[in-house]
Amino acid sequence: MSMTLTARQVGDVTILDLSGKITLGEGGVTLRDEVRKLLAKGAKKIVLNLAGVSYIDSSGLGELVSSYTAVKNAGGELKLMNLTSKVRDLLVITKLLTVFDVKDDEAAAVAAFS
Amino acid sequence: MTDSDIKSRQSGTQARPSKDQPSLLTLDSELSRVEAVETRAEQLAHEAGFDEDTSSQIAMVTREAVINAILHGNKRDPNKKVRIGFALSNDALSITIADEGLGLDPDSVPDPCAPENILRSSGRGIFLMRAIMDEVHFHQLSPGTEIELIKHRIHKES
Repeated sequence: MSMTLTARQVGDVTILDLSGKITLGEGGVTLRDEVRKLLAKGAKKIVLNLAGVSYIDSSGLGELVSSYTAVKNAGGELKLMNLTSKVRDLLVITKLLTVFDVKDDEAAAVAAFS
Repeated sequence: MTDSDIKSRQSGTQARPSKDQPSLLTLDSELSRVEAVETRAEQLAHEAGFDEDTSSQIAMVTREAVINAILHGNKRDPNKKVRIGFALSNDALSITIADEGLGLDPDSVPDPCAPENILRSSGRGIFLMRAIMDEVHFHQLSPGTEIELIKHRIHKES
């Protein structure tokens, strides 16, 4: 029903594996909070792996944007990888695909950090 | 069934909406009821012949409209209801969502794709409705606002 989120480390890159639905949350874990926790621990290179995200709505898109701006404001970089067609379609419609750095797979995402 | 009073406008039964026979769903202003509406919208979109991705998108924007009605229209007032109508005709699937709020000026909603708004964390719901549906109409009620979402069917029933 809701989103699950697991963090793992690949070198100095933190990868967040997301699955389920990124939607309006009522008391559950939120993506932006998890990203802020990572930033507080000093993470600067963060990849959101959206391979397991079956569904996203406008609130979920807002979570992605908030996460992006939080990382950017902290002097870090946030990238997306493994977009499902549903998520990609909405990023195209809302022009957010022009905002995010999107990679097809983990190797490309990890290699893309400066 | 207290907060989910499903009834046909025509027969008073819980008949599924069929051709030119709308059904009405009345909800309390609680987010816990949104998923049921979304499921119903997706089922009806499938019945209308839309493919899986389109049906999912229709359900998603219906969800957006219901959430807007609960949060921004009725402001979660337990005394206010959200009324959702489903109608399937030969030509189109129509879904109406009405709240009992103070009203909405759709022209006052900023363009979420504009450079100055692109990084805002909210404000994409109505934009998605317009992008995904063929027609979106706003009707001012007294009190409240009704949003009408229309998707034209590609293949008419024989």
